[in-house]
Amino acid sequence: MAGLAAIFGSGAMTNSIREIEGMDIIFIIGSNTKESHPVIANRMIKAFRKGAKIIVADPRRVPMVRFAESFLNLKPGTDIALINGIANVIISEGLYNKEFIDAKTEGFEEWKNSLKDFTPEHVEKITGVSKDEVIKAARLYGNSRNAGIFYTMGITQHVCGTDNVSAVANLAMLTGNIGRESTGINPLRGQNNVQGASDAGCLPNTYPGYQRVDLPEIREKFEKAWGVSLSSNPGLTATEMIPAAHAGKIKAMYIMGENPVVTDPNARHTIDSLKKLDFFVVQDIFLTETAQLADVVLPSTCFAEKDGTFSNTERKVQRVRKAVEPPGEARDDLSILMEISGRLGYKMEYNSPEAVIREFGQVWPAIGGITYDRLDKSGIQWPCPTKDHPGTEYLYKDGFAKDRVRFNAVPYTSPAETTDKEYTFVLTTGRNLFQYHSGSMTRRVEPIEKHAGVAYVEINPEDAKRLNIKNGENIKISSRRGAVEIKARITSTVSAGTIFIPMHYAEASANILTNDALDARAKIPEFKVCAVKIG
Amino acid sequence: MKKLKITIDGKTIEVPENATVLDAAKTAGIAVPTLCHHPKLTPFGGCRLCIVEIKGIPRPVTSCTTPVSDGMEVTTSTEQLENLRKTVLELILSDHPNDCMVCEKAGDCTLQELAYSYGIRENRFAGERRIYEKKDGNPFLERDMEKCILCGRCVKICDEVQGVGAIDFTYRGFKSKICPPYEKDLDCEFCGQCVAVCPTGALTGKQWALKGRQRGVREVDTVCSYCGTGCNITLHVKDNTVTRVTSKEDTWNEGWLCIKGRFGYTFINSPDRLTKPLIRIKDRSSSLNSSNGLDDIFREASWEEAFDHIASRLSDIKTKHGSDAIGGLSSARCTNEENYIFQKLMRAGVGTNNVDHCARL
Repeated sequence: MAGLAAIFGSGAMTNSIREIEGMDIIFIIGSNTKESHPVIANRMIKAFRKGAKIIVADPRRVPMVRFAESFLNLKPGTDIALINGIANVIISEGLYNKEFIDAKTEGFEEWKNSLKDFTPEHVEKITGVSKDEVIKAARLYGNSRNAGIFYTMGITQHVCGTDNVSAVANLAMLTGNIGRESTGINPLRGQNNVQGASDAGCLPNTYPGYQRVDLPEIREKFEKAWGVSLSSNPGLTATEMIPAAHAGKIKAMYIMGENPVVTDPNARHTIDSLKKLDFFVVQDIFLTETAQLADVVLPSTCFAEKDGTFSNTERKVQRVRKAVEPPGEARDDLSILMEISGRLGYKMEYNSPEAVIREFGQVWPAIGGITYDRLDKSGIQWPCPTKDHPGTEYLYKDGFAKDRVRFNAVPYTSPAETTDKEYTFVLTTGRNLFQYHSGSMTRRVEPIEKHAGVAYVEINPEDAKRLNIKNGENIKISSRRGAVEIKARITSTVSAGTIFIPMHYAEASANILTNDALDARAKIPEFKVCAVKIG
Repeated sequence: MKKLKITIDGKTIEVPENATVLDAAKTAGIAVPTLCHHPKLTPFGGCRLCIVEIKGIPRPVTSCTTPVSDGMEVTTSTEQLENLRKTVLELILSDHPNDCMVCEKAGDCTLQELAYSYGIRENRFAGERRIYEKKDGNPFLERDMEKCILCGRCVKICDEVQGVGAIDFTYRGFKSKICPPYEKDLDCEFCGQCVAVCPTGALTGKQWALKGRQRGVREVDTVCSYCGTGCNITLHVKDNTVTRVTSKEDTWNEGWLCIKGRFGYTFINSPDRLTKPLIRIKDRSSSLNSSNGLDDIFREASWEEAFDHIASRLSDIKTKHGSDAIGGLSSARCTNEENYIFQKLMRAGVGTNNVDHCARL
């Protein structure tokens, strides 16, 4: 997200989900759309039935491959080589959009030179994707002027995540496939309100509305709005706070509705770090694996028990409505936070959630025109600066934040941890269709648990045969950070040499194994590649 | 697109050239009964209820599969058409269980509604029945094939919208039946799209059996709390319990949901929900396990005590180690308003920029 924002001005999806229907090329890279965003996949299938061609690049044979004209089955962590290779073919075959490049971009020649080595032959060696497939995909995407790229954590959860995003952005700039209806770059958000949490300023480097904390004039603006002096020290990301707790720099943590023990890489290190805290508060609806380590646990409310708004992956602010009363003495999160703030000496008083979004709209004009009244029938996509603004379906219609967007040369770098004599398999992680994230919600839904309640590891039939592993057998997987016992699922969804474990199952958590190496800029951990051994 | 002029029941209207006669009737505000038709699916012409008379065509035709042509004159209701429709309904009902009293779909059933409006009490064709055992072991969908009228909507939606094709027509004639390959248990994505479009009680959710039909049920429109797609959902609430989740056809997600959105709601009422503030009484080296139960590690506290405890501990740490020794993680589960207040609490209340959420995870 940070990567995309640095290039174009915003890190959000540039198109709407509705616009998928009008695309003629849908390039899905590092997104298991059918399982992680099933209803977006429905739109893609609708487009497919209207004649759109789909390209899927993924280390796993994910379900969308069934609809793919081209399937680029790359080795985990080799995305940059693949994308650079596609760009190289588009240039050498003259399929690029010269008009767009001349009018809207800079740094083309320099970037073009950086691609020289990425011939289809060389790319085949790095990625495992045949040179013919690389050329085919390049022609499909390069010939289209109505193409959309879709990605998720398969692109970002690498030490080179920011570079992966840059590579994707280069491809869209090369063909001018951005800034128009049904044409753009679309990072799909994995959680109901991850867009909104980011918009609202739950990021260490930005206040609400992506306004930087390190700029004095912005800080002054918020000091004035909030009537308090604010810290000029840069904050830590979630992935930095955990090691800082381990190092004794962070002494207290307050976690609302997150479960890092299951969702953070290198789980053992996460648990050790949280145990070192002097004081730890968790506010949640369940006693999650994380809450079990807390000093104080506060019972809060779920989405069905409160009023407010969520912002979905296409920047659409939508109304959440209270349907039932919370159980026992559980309280809504807003009132809990206001109570604590008051007792810390900073009084916050809002008589309704709407009063909060009104203030949010005053400090961030992009949602200034959004009121609950207007959201009554349907959501509104930001930017929506005024009460009569209809909202914005796709971004950059009138150009980018800067006059010109820059091509960034991205060299291929291998993952932080590669296989060796001892750790011979690559582990990649993700979600499955049935469970959700740390499982705190779905694992308490009886039919889901009955159907998909057992942790498993996907292993290729060739590897299983060689290691004499039977389907359903419990096997041990270890990395340098830990080991899990887990049921083997023999399937050609994964290629030989790669195994996959879904992240949802705390009892055999993929994140006991994963590597906590971070992307230097976005601070995103490399969940998608680490070296493991079987046994 | 070219517009064509057509006359329906004496009303002349203009419709796009790719419209069907059924579409045109809808445009004219004329209701034509259907069972198999669904506006989001390709036309089937299976139920024969939407028959109309068209000038120049000797026999009634199905309006859902007949494209309009310029100058067409259509009649949607005559005595003969209504008699034919009634006969079709009687035939469909002749081997239907008619157990509306215990059917989950009662009150929201297209077949029941049509039988009501055509006043079908006795059935001239009553006789042999298709007897099928409800035997599908999947935990999500109840498939009661005796109530199936073979409209094919489930088959089409599974193929056309979901791209799965988990079910299809099998056998022929009276024995025709919709089922998964080899009549095995359903093993699919369990999106429940088929349940949403089933016009009868043949397909329902196992979770919502006997939890309430229409009476005393409140519907609340809201947004799904799982992935970032943000599908619009409707919570069906009875006695302070969410009993069912649906999505309306006129939402931006067209009424389509996935397994988590449609069936993953019972966590709301899980007995595991936290109901009281808890304060730790054992040090953190002892974790919850077989020898340490919840009561060994935590004790219940009042909100007042919990708030005071939190405020005094955070203030102490702030005084001793500075504001930046405190970090907060907000939640992508929570609302915009809660997230805004959380970061404001950390920045203005605690005095640190150490605030983040799980965007990276």
